[in-house]
Amino acid sequence: MLKKQHKILIILFILTIISCLLFLFWGITRNNYGYNIPRRINKIIAFIITGSAIGYSTIVFQTVTHNRILTPSIIGLDSIYMFVQTLIVFFLGTGSLVMVSGSINFLVSLVFMLGFSVIVFYIVFNGKKDKLFVTMLAGVVFGSLFGSFSTFMQVVIDPNDFLIVQDKMFASFNNVNVSILKITMLILFLSLVYGYKNCDKLDIMALGRDISLNLGIAYDSVIRKFMILICIMTAVSTALVGPITFLGILTANISRQILKTYKHSIMITGAILLSIISIAFGQFIVERILTFRTTINVIINFIGGIYFIYLLIKEGRL
Amino acid sequence: MFKRIIILSISLIILGGISLFIGVSDITPLDIFQADSDKLHIFFISRVPRLMAILCTGMGLSIAGVIMQSIMSNNFVSPSTASTMDWAKFGVLIAILFFPGATLKTKMIISTLFAFFGSMLFVQLLSLIKLKDPIFTPLIGIMLGNVVSSVTTYIAYKYDLIQNISSWLQGNFAMVLQGRYELLYIGVLMLIIVVLFATKFTIVSIGEDFSKNLGVNYKLTVTIGIIIASIITSVVVVTIGSIPFIGMIVPNIIRIIRGDNLKNNIWEIALVGGLFVLVCDIFSRIIIYPFEIPISVTAGIIGSIIFLYILLRGNKHVKKTA
Amino acid sequence: MIELLNINKKYDDKDVLKNINLSLPKGKIISLIGANGAGKSTLLSIISRLTTSEGEIIIDDKNIDNYHITELSKKISILRQSNYLNIKLTVRELISFGRYPHSKSRLNEKDNKIIDESISYMNLDYLKNKYIDELSGGEKQRALIAMILAQDSDYIFLDEPLNNLDMKHSVSIMKLLRKIVKEKSKTVILVVHDINFASCYSDYIVALKNTGVLYAGDAEKIITKEKLKNIFDMDFEIEDIDGNKICIYYT
Repeated sequence: MLKKQHKILIILFILTIISCLLFLFWGITRNNYGYNIPRRINKIIAFIITGSAIGYSTIVFQTVTHNRILTPSIIGLDSIYMFVQTLIVFFLGTGSLVMVSGSINFLVSLVFMLGFSVIVFYIVFNGKKDKLFVTMLAGVVFGSLFGSFSTFMQVVIDPNDFLIVQDKMFASFNNVNVSILKITMLILFLSLVYGYKNCDKLDIMALGRDISLNLGIAYDSVIRKFMILICIMTAVSTALVGPITFLGILTANISRQILKTYKHSIMITGAILLSIISIAFGQFIVERILTFRTTINVIINFIGGIYFIYLLIKEGRL
Repeated sequence: MFKRIIILSISLIILGGISLFIGVSDITPLDIFQADSDKLHIFFISRVPRLMAILCTGMGLSIAGVIMQSIMSNNFVSPSTASTMDWAKFGVLIAILFFPGATLKTKMIISTLFAFFGSMLFVQLLSLIKLKDPIFTPLIGIMLGNVVSSVTTYIAYKYDLIQNISSWLQGNFAMVLQGRYELLYIGVLMLIIVVLFATKFTIVSIGEDFSKNLGVNYKLTVTIGIIIASIITSVVVVTIGSIPFIGMIVPNIIRIIRGDNLKNNIWEIALVGGLFVLVCDIFSRIIIYPFEIPISVTAGIIGSIIFLYILLRGNKHVKKTA
Repeated sequence: MIELLNINKKYDDKDVLKNINLSLPKGKIISLIGANGAGKSTLLSIISRLTTSEGEIIIDDKNIDNYHITELSKKISILRQSNYLNIKLTVRELISFGRYPHSKSRLNEKDNKIIDESISYMNLDYLKNKYIDELSGGEKQRALIAMILAQDSDYIFLDEPLNNLDMKHSVSIMKLLRKIVKEKSKTVILVVHDINFASCYSDYIVALKNTGVLYAGDAEKIITKEKLKNIFDMDFEIEDIDGNKICIYYT
């Protein structure tokens, strides 16, 4: 017999398939499928990767920080990504960004982003507990510091060169960074395997540090591992489709609401499916039906942002 | 207290003097005395206005910051961490959209209305949630700001105004000319109002019950404070563009030395604010001379480093007293 | 005199106070006692206009709503239980805020005299130039009480003023309250948890139970075995020691 939660997950899974198929086949004719289908498949893969990364990382982040209205993308990792891209252009010239392969570029960025989060984490935490909010605010400020550095370099390099490069750097759902699909797929797969294996720890960690330590979980070091995982996933989604701050808040909370479970393996699966649905379906509406020129990044941020305010009011105290 | 103010004033005068004589066209103090008409022209059309704009911006944003910190009882809020600046930018966009060819004054008024509305919304949200951690407030403010900017970007994108709006995304003093910056003097007016009500704002910063007990009208004072902060922010956004962190860091630096009593520290906050922007602007102008870096970049770099210092230091302080 | 007429207060449909009619005499120390959740703190903050409610509050023959906000602050002052003071002010600066209703921020000689008096009343001379965020909980509490003293209002409301204080300071504050009631003819209304402080120092006691007033009267008439049992639902022994009624309830 199936539990209610499993039924919901199955429904979500079916919806995921439907929205992906809609995106894939809508408007396909005999004449254009040879051109369109491979491109659309690439995009769908990117949606799945991004959705999984966002769904997993937001739920874990919220559990670890013990609140439901934050998302890891607030830490400012997207600025680090931009910073690395600018650095490459700054030191190696415009040609290099094209020359350096997507995978190498991504790995270099990932290393920087990881290094950055580890540094922020250690500077602020410094072995002390209960410093998560300070860590996050420090992350935000570090992010804007790097943002300013990037802008500085962008001012200094030849503006014409930069325009060409900027276009390449700004990923979005319309402009998926296809060159890194394979490498991100691999990294995400490995992280998810590790992440799912450790889900049961999260169930206990949701109860707080004291209880977790009492039950034999090395709380602080486990948090650090999860933070690294979160960082990798945020890096993956930023590199693929650019920064999307509010999608995670939306899907993570809806998943918590409809599944009503303490089990993270279920919650996370729900959030991942919901994220993929929102991206694929949203992109389908915007691209195929409304034929907007704009990306859904902005729309997702807007809807997610409204939901965020609603959550703030509803949750009352945090 | 007076000694420190005198030292600050003297450094302001010296650096201000230096600032007057940096620029692409060579102007030396000697030219001014010899009354070289071309150079005098540049001097009074461009250099003097620039200096005035810098000082008013620095003072204004610091005052706006300290007022917001008082009325929200939180050291980490400021026009740029409580979404005020994003609302002001949104207001500018609306002004451009619905009143094409609007004057600076009209833009400023519309932008002020939006900034006021947004900040009131933020204050209302804060009163609805009992926050455990003061660090949480700026995080919420920044996220709210993100929502507002994403709407701004969306609309700008739709109506092809991205280029137009991006000049408000980056504060820049290079465009300051006589006749285009005078609105900034409103900041000085606001400073005077704040000085007159300094004690009231300090009492409000302690809390609502505390204010009621002392017969201070809490809600009215909070509203006045937000009006002041919104006006200053909008004036700066409309004339210069947005500059991050000044409203947050300057009051905090002074607070570490002088404490929270606005009556004692308001002048120093204003002076250091002016000084800070002046120094940032001088850097902006000499680092890749003869070109110029936008002030928002210089202030962003210097500001975020100081912000981090305050954040991590303030934290130790909390630890000690806990 | 303070009169309360038909005070009702609900939080989310739950009655906190119901139909309170009470008059509090002037020139006395008045204690509010009762079990947890009986509504003591709510009543105190309603009388001191921090919380709104249904009904009327009349202070010295004038409805509280008809007072000007500044006049009211000279009439009544309130210190609540929890006071986060996340602000960098010196002790003396904090205490001088007590003079705000009288002189705004322009302090005159008389204000300064009263401030210094309050400081020495509370034994804070050695701390007066320290920042309040460097003080211990008890020191902060004393600084806040000193501010209330400097406010020099006719009625003083204190919600558990002995919180955070050790025995020595608790006793000295209660003695001080008695002194200002006697010498300056103030009226002090306070919530206390320690029944013996209520018994030894108050002239008048109001006992609350289940959202209503159970007893109100002179202290010696309230501190009896039967009435305490009704108020707290537990047994008390009462001993007379040097003319003070001491309640024993530990065993």
